[in-house]
Amino acid sequence: MVELRDVVALLGRFPALAGVDLTVDAGETVLLQGPNGAGKTTLLRLCAGLVRPESGSAMVLGHDLTVERRSVRRRVALLGHATGLYEDLTVADNVRFWARASGLGASEADDRVAAALDRLGIEERVLGLAVSRLSAGQRRRTSLAALAVRRPDLWLLDEPHAGLDQAGRNLVDGLIGDAVAAGATVIVASHELDRVRSLSPRVVTVAGGTIARDTGDGGAR
Amino acid sequence: MSAVGEFLTDARLVAAKDLRIEARSRVVTNQIVPFALLVLVLFGFALDADRRTLQLFAPGLFWVAVLLCALLAVQHSARMESANDAGSWLRLSGMAPPAVFAGKAAAVFVQLVVLQALLTVGVVVFYDAAVEDPLLWAVAGLAAAVAVAATGTLYGALASGLGARETLLPILLLPVLAPVLIGATRAYDDALGAAAVDGWAWTGLLAVFAVVAAVAGSLAHGVLVED
Repeated sequence: MVELRDVVALLGRFPALAGVDLTVDAGETVLLQGPNGAGKTTLLRLCAGLVRPESGSAMVLGHDLTVERRSVRRRVALLGHATGLYEDLTVADNVRFWARASGLGASEADDRVAAALDRLGIEERVLGLAVSRLSAGQRRRTSLAALAVRRPDLWLLDEPHAGLDQAGRNLVDGLIGDAVAAGATVIVASHELDRVRSLSPRVVTVAGGTIARDTGDGGAR
Repeated sequence: MSAVGEFLTDARLVAAKDLRIEARSRVVTNQIVPFALLVLVLFGFALDADRRTLQLFAPGLFWVAVLLCALLAVQHSARMESANDAGSWLRLSGMAPPAVFAGKAAAVFVQLVVLQALLTVGVVVFYDAAVEDPLLWAVAGLAAAVAVAATGTLYGALASGLGARETLLPILLLPVLAPVLIGATRAYDDALGAAAVDGWAWTGLLAVFAVVAAVAGSLAHGVLVED
C-alpha cells in the first residue's frame, strides 16, 4: 500500500524528509507522532502525491510517486491543517462539489453526500450556511464529510481531532473505524497519542525528517 | 466517459463553482462593477468632461477600465484556490489541470462579459458615445475577454504560487496584456467611428491572441500549480 525507501523530499531547499523508510500494509492503521517540524505533514503530503520525492523509492497504492502521482491522488483523502473548503459556498455545496470533483455522477454524489453528512453528524440547519459562518469544529466535520464521499483507499489525517468537541472526536474515531472496516488504510498524525492510541498499536515516531522509531518494525531503525 | 466528455464535465463543474462563489460573495456586483464605473467617471473628470475628447478616447478608457477590473476578478479567482488550501484539494480530486484551467478561465470570462456590457452602457451614458458597428463591438469584446480571462487565470496561478499575488499580479499581467489593450482599443475605435482603422483586422489579431493564450494556459497551468 505504502512503501517508502530512503525517500528524500525538499520544501524549498530544506530537506523536510531526509531518508524515510516506511512500509504500511493494506488495511493497516498507523499513528505518526513527533515534534513540530519533524516532517509528519510532509510525509502525509508525499503519500498523497502532493510532494515530489527528490530521491529514493516511493510507491503508494501500487504507483511510483516520481512518475504517477496523479494516479494516486484520486484514491487518497488528505485532511491537513487547512479545511480545503470554499468559504462563500454552503456546507452542502462544498461537500457536493468535492463529491462531483472526484468523478462521481450526480445521483451517486447526492447519495454519498447525504450518507457522509449524516455520518459526520452535520445537522440539517447548517447545510445551507456558508462555511465562513461555521465554527472550527463544524468546518472540520464538513471537511471530513467532503473526504468521506470519495471512499478513498488511503486516508491521511493530520491532527484530525483538532478543534473538535468530544462528540466530534468520537465521530472521527468512528469514521476511521468505518474506513478500516471497509478495507482502507489509515495514517494518522497526532500530538494526542493517548487519544489515538486506541486506534492502532503501531506508532511511528518521526524526528528530523526520518523515522526515529517504529513499533511495528521491531523498534528503532 | 470519453476524455473530451470528462474534460467538459470537469471544466463546467469548476466554472459553476466559481460563479456560484461569485454569486454568493458578490465581489463583481458590489466591488468590481462600482469600481469600473468610478474609473469611467474619474477619467471624465481628468479630461475635464470635454465631450469630444471623451468620445475620442472612449475606446482606450473603456479597455483600461476593463483591464483594471480584470485584475480584481483574476485576484478573486486565484484567491478562491489559495484560501484554505483548496487548490491542493483540487489537485487531489484527480481533475485534469487543463479542465481546471478552462473552468476557472470560463468563469472569469463570464464576469468580464457582464462587466463589458455594463461599461458599454457607461461610455454611452457618461461619454455620449454611439456604437456604430455593434457586431464589431461585440466580437472584438468577446475575443478580448477570452484573451484576458485565459492570460489572467494563468498569471493568477503563477502569482499565487509565488506567494505574492496581491502586489505581483499587476506587474506580471498588465505588460502581457498590452497587445490586447492595443488591439481592442483599435477595434473599438472603428466600432465607435472614432478613428479610420480596420477594426476587423485588429479583431483577428485579438482572436489569435485569445487562442494562443487559451492553449498555452491549458498546457502551462498544470505545471504552475504543481509543487
